[in-house]
Amino acid sequence: MKSVVIKVKRYDGKKTWWQEYKVEAPSEKVSVLDLLVKVKEEQDPTLAVRYSCRMAICGSCGMVINGVPRLACQTLLSELKAEFITVEPMWNHKVIKDLVVDLEPDFEKVKKVKPYIIRDIKEIYETDKEFGQKPEELDKYYNFAYCIQCGLCMSACPVVATHERFLGPMALNAGYRWSADSRDQGWKERVKIIDAEEGVWACHLAYTCSAVCPRGVDPGFSIQLLKAAMLRKAKRP
Amino acid sequence: MEILRYDLVIVGSGIAGLRAATAAAWASGGKISIAILSKIQAMRSHSLSAEGGMSAVLYPEKTNDSLELHAYDTVKGSDFLADQDAVQVLVEYAPKEVRYLERIGVPWTREPDGRIAQRPFGGMSIPRTTFAADKTGFFIMSTLFSETRRFDNIHIYHEHFVTKFIVENGQFRGVTAYDLRKGEFKLFYAKAGIIATGGAGRLYRFTTTAHSTTGETLGYALRAGMAIKDMEFVQWHPTALVPSGILVSEAARGEGGYLINKEGERFMKRYAPQRMELAPRDIVSRAILTECMEGRGFQHESGMCYVGLDLRHLGEERINKRIPFIRELAHKYAGIDALSEPIPVRPAVHYTMGGIHTDTWGRVLTADGKWIRGLWAAGEAAAVSIHGANRLGSNSLSECSVWGRLTGEQAAKYAMETPALPSPEEKLVEAAKKEEGRIFDTLLHKEVNAPSPYEVKRQLNDIMEEHFGPFRHGSAMAEGVAKLKKLREYTSFRIADGSRVYNQNLKDALEIDGMIDLALVVGLGAYARAESRGAHYRLDYPKRDDVSWLKHTVAYLYGGEIKLTYAPVTITKWKPEERKY
Ligand SMILES: Cc1cc2nc3c(=O)[nH]c(=O)nc-3n(C[C@H](O)[C@H](O)[C@H](O)COP(=O)(O)OP(=O)(O)OC[C@H]3O[C@@H](n4cnc5c(N)ncnc54)[C@H](O)[C@@H]3O)c2cc1C
Ligand code: SF4
Ligand code: FES
Repeated sequence: MKSVVIKVKRYDGKKTWWQEYKVEAPSEKVSVLDLLVKVKEEQDPTLAVRYSCRMAICGSCGMVINGVPRLACQTLLSELKAEFITVEPMWNHKVIKDLVVDLEPDFEKVKKVKPYIIRDIKEIYETDKEFGQKPEELDKYYNFAYCIQCGLCMSACPVVATHERFLGPMALNAGYRWSADSRDQGWKERVKIIDAEEGVWACHLAYTCSAVCPRGVDPGFSIQLLKAAMLRKAKRP
Repeated sequence: MEILRYDLVIVGSGIAGLRAATAAAWASGGKISIAILSKIQAMRSHSLSAEGGMSAVLYPEKTNDSLELHAYDTVKGSDFLADQDAVQVLVEYAPKEVRYLERIGVPWTREPDGRIAQRPFGGMSIPRTTFAADKTGFFIMSTLFSETRRFDNIHIYHEHFVTKFIVENGQFRGVTAYDLRKGEFKLFYAKAGIIATGGAGRLYRFTTTAHSTTGETLGYALRAGMAIKDMEFVQWHPTALVPSGILVSEAARGEGGYLINKEGERFMKRYAPQRMELAPRDIVSRAILTECMEGRGFQHESGMCYVGLDLRHLGEERINKRIPFIRELAHKYAGIDALSEPIPVRPAVHYTMGGIHTDTWGRVLTADGKWIRGLWAAGEAAAVSIHGANRLGSNSLSECSVWGRLTGEQAAKYAMETPALPSPEEKLVEAAKKEEGRIFDTLLHKEVNAPSPYEVKRQLNDIMEEHFGPFRHGSAMAEGVAKLKKLREYTSFRIADGSRVYNQNLKDALEIDGMIDLALVVGLGAYARAESRGAHYRLDYPKRDDVSWLKHTVAYLYGGEIKLTYAPVTITKWKPEERKY
């Protein structure tokens, strides 16, 4: 057992304050999420935290831990050298309560880039065929399809911080993922949305998005791939 | 209280719920209005934890596979409790669904010629598990969620916790929900409904399932007059990571991993000499626990006994290409590198075979077999039943997609044939207001003497682990049932959080409230079933008994008490035989 102090930035709809909790960690292998759930269940049930899978795949538990946007369930005590853990809600988002922020604007931005296969829809719904895809075609977008929509890249992006309409790394990455899929024929349609001031051209190449992405998606790189495809006037990125 | 009117309300946004939505949207030609409600953000549903894959016979001519063989494996895996007509539907539609998912963009792992690759899985006699590396559920979920964005008539309600199903005179009328983000209470008044709320692994403590897989809606279903089928069949997955319970997918064994005990021996040779590590889950789980009980397991610092899952001989390339997530998880959460050490694993609760009683097409039935008009159930929440007493790995994702689609199509047709909804009558609104009062006035402002929901959950988990584990016994279960009945006497909880916006404390209490009833259904069904079949194993009745027990357990609520009745199993082709692997 090890005693840890967690300092949480709280918000109840009216006021913001910092609150400290002392918790006993059964081992160094527990995650920050485990500790927050322990606080919630044993000390302070009013604490609000979003979580579900506890295995870094559902994207619920993004927050800022010791100054870095991370998933709480993917951040183990053993990785944090500090005695003190501070957690605050994700930056660049409206706080609903404590560590829970409003991500719906991010989801709406993803929707704007049409995140689905664009081609004759009857072919999708009224046939029973396989479009087929070679392993090398799969490799073109596979890594970008790993996005778990956690919003951490949006939280870390300096442009998102000041430019509200900027589609941002999460949505632009989706734009790349769908356009680069050999089954998709929607590039032309998506270019209209992405080739805009609030699209790829607002990106300043800070690359903080890729630095914080918990799934190694590299959304910064997908934005560059989109730009390159537009400049080359390619048929698809 | 806000009242929203919809043609179709889908509760749950896992693979089953999302697939129901896309099917209904297309089948209605965009004409019906569809709401999807999810207690967590819709794209975060538990389905995305699925790692291993989805079963389907895709290229029979190339692999010598057949629908018949897939059906037989499933029936045998179920220990003959599956309904064989339903299994037939599964195997016929599963390949169509894999191809549908292919067309909407799932990044299936491929063969060099562009075909979809398939891998072996426990209890499947031919490699027929389709996969997207070892994040299959994630990729299906995220692709399906994206696909719903295509349809303007699908409205997504994130973080809307359903508290009640409203059924009047044998007809579905709608649901009430607590909108966590806004802190409001809503009535969703609808012509048709589909329940796709997933499983209930969190009845137990050591489980592979997400925190949100609590199953309270099955308790609520009982209260609305629905029945719960075969709930005593709980699947333990043999290989959960020690000590967290995070799953190490069966894909690890499908790709050739060994299970070894403290002596370095591949002990499965004593339990399933032919199928070895790829025997069905109930058999492998009991084998591991037997090794432990006989002193051949390893001891973890947490006190847990475990065995080793050895991947070392597979080599780095195969591991990185086919099961990278397993390597990542073992490294992260157990601190070991699978390339050089066996992964510490032991069985954990993984899946609930039972669920809402439905017919072959997913229509929700009462205990006496009447359809509740306008209501369907799909996915893990439903018991159709294709898994019987034991589910084969990778059959669940197929089930979710197949019955998601089938129920979505039926519900769309039904909604189109039903006249437009008039304004809700007084009685319905009253019922919803009463529910709002129960939650915001009674539950939220409760005396301090009631127990905390977390304390009750701890007790519930203790009872389930101790009395209804993988090895069961009549006398221990009788004690367990008595304890559960005591727990059920709690009528209220101490809720420390007094606010309405994002009150997770209140949500947690609502979960527990439904879970207790469901736990009792598991307990009563298990205690009554005096035989061993599939995942239900009794030390006092170690044999299967087809004369008395080849039947489905059906639980329902009557005068506030849970009662049991039984329904016949549909057998079309395969008579029960001994289950050897
Ligand atoms: C770790 C793990 C790995 C697995 N791997 C595989 C595999 O490889 N192959 C396979 O075939 N199967 C696998 N399974 C099983 C399979 O993943 C599940 O059975 C399946 O995903 C269930 O999907 P579902 O759509 O029925 O429900 P879920 O995906 O569980 O979704 C349930 C939905 O219901 C909602 N909900 C629940 N209660 C409420 C409420 N009160 N109000 C509002 N909404 C509510 C939730 O928010 C959620 O949206 C695995 C299971 C686990 C635990
Ligand atoms: S790109 Fe990475 S950081 Fe951004 S939402 Fe997706 S997973 Fe999260
Ligand atoms: S709880 Fe799912 S990503 Fe952390």
